[in-house]
Amino acid sequence: MTGAKSEPPLARAIVAGDRRALARAISAVENGDPTALPIVRALYPRTGRARVVGLTGPLGVGKSSLVNALVQLVRAEGRTVGVVAVDPSSPFSGGSVLGDRIRLERDAADAGIYFRSMASRGESGGIAATTREVVRLLDAAGFDVVLVETVGSGQVDVAIREVASTSVVVVVPHLGDEVQTLKAGLFEIADVFCVNKADLPGADLARKDLVELVSLGAHRDGWAPPIVLTSALASTGLPELWAAIEKHEAFLDASGRRAELERRRLVHEVVGLVRDRVAADLGERLERDPALRRLLDRVQARAIDPRGAAERLYAGRRRVARRR
Amino acid sequence: MPRATATPPIRVLIAKPGLDGHDRGAKVVARALRDAGMEVIYAGLRQTPEEIVRAAVEEDVDLIGLSILSGAHMALFPRVLQLLQKEHAGRIPVFAGGIIPDEDARRLKKLGVRAIFGPGTTLEEIVTTARHLARGAA
Repeated sequence: MTGAKSEPPLARAIVAGDRRALARAISAVENGDPTALPIVRALYPRTGRARVVGLTGPLGVGKSSLVNALVQLVRAEGRTVGVVAVDPSSPFSGGSVLGDRIRLERDAADAGIYFRSMASRGESGGIAATTREVVRLLDAAGFDVVLVETVGSGQVDVAIREVASTSVVVVVPHLGDEVQTLKAGLFEIADVFCVNKADLPGADLARKDLVELVSLGAHRDGWAPPIVLTSALASTGLPELWAAIEKHEAFLDASGRRAELERRRLVHEVVGLVRDRVAADLGERLERDPALRRLLDRVQARAIDPRGAAERLYAGRRRVARRR
Repeated sequence: MPRATATPPIRVLIAKPGLDGHDRGAKVVARALRDAGMEVIYAGLRQTPEEIVRAAVEEDVDLIGLSILSGAHMALFPRVLQLLQKEHAGRIPVFAGGIIPDEDARRLKKLGVRAIFGPGTTLEEIVTTARHLARGAA
């Protein structure tokens, strides 16, 4: 067990509610700074309490405005809320403009809100590689609810489901016909659908397409995603959206799905971490190790196929691992 | 795929304190800093000094850029600097842009604004100065 005394000072400060400590720890995690590891490790036992809600959907559908509205609703209930808003990094310069904060309306003195902008830093899937760990820091810092806003997502950007217990897929009228909703990917991960900008014409058609989709069985596990019409501009449907999110959270608890989903996410995470480690390790060895270089030479000479080479490498690693 | 950079990107907050609605300059600068590889948190228009300082702390920025064209700089900038001190974030350098008379610019620099860019400043100069200020702060 991690006793309070062995916690790094920054971890203790985060638990005590120190905002600057939290901000610095988030940066350390984002930057892959080695100082982040003991903090994340010390705080892990304190995680798993926050409700993590993801908002995803194409660019310009109003995710940031909805996040702002949800922040107000959560605060009105007396609960605290952390926000992680992800925007894309430039594939050219690596830079980014993180503009989600612009929608946030808040009392600057309200300590019950923490808003952090994140750049995707080359990661595809809609969030950054370190978003999960940043969410955990907010969780450990004691925020009751953590809202994660993805980058404007495309059809395959479904990484939010690895982080959020409830994923809200946000669309707007006239995004496409009903066949678009049948396609694999984004629409499959929705626990709640939100048709935002419902003050615009075409909202009802968008709703009908989604009703059709849900009736065809959008989810396979006893939860039919509700469809909520909102207008962040006209301020309609927002309490209903929050209620739908809460209902899904209650369903996760009542059905036992929460533990099951968490287990699946953790398997993904641990396997992913091992994969990253092995890949980095192998990549390095392929450059240095003469035996491996010869193996690659043979692949290039068409004497052995890439899969065959991979099998040999994997078998070799297992032998080495057993010897250790 | 861009590779992970050895040095983390500079994080900079760009905000417009006060009530004027002229954000073109701030946007042009945000874009230039982005193109220079920085992560720009664009807080936008009508920010109070309290909001700006709150954002700077939460976002853990290396640098703050304030744009103002309303003439209220002598009221707002010292307040930002003062609040940064209060929040133990006084190490974060602040630069400014906009219409700021020379006399005021001298006074603001004395108070701790690290660089002031008037009309006609090249983007290159802003990027170079920003990078220098941010790295100096680290």
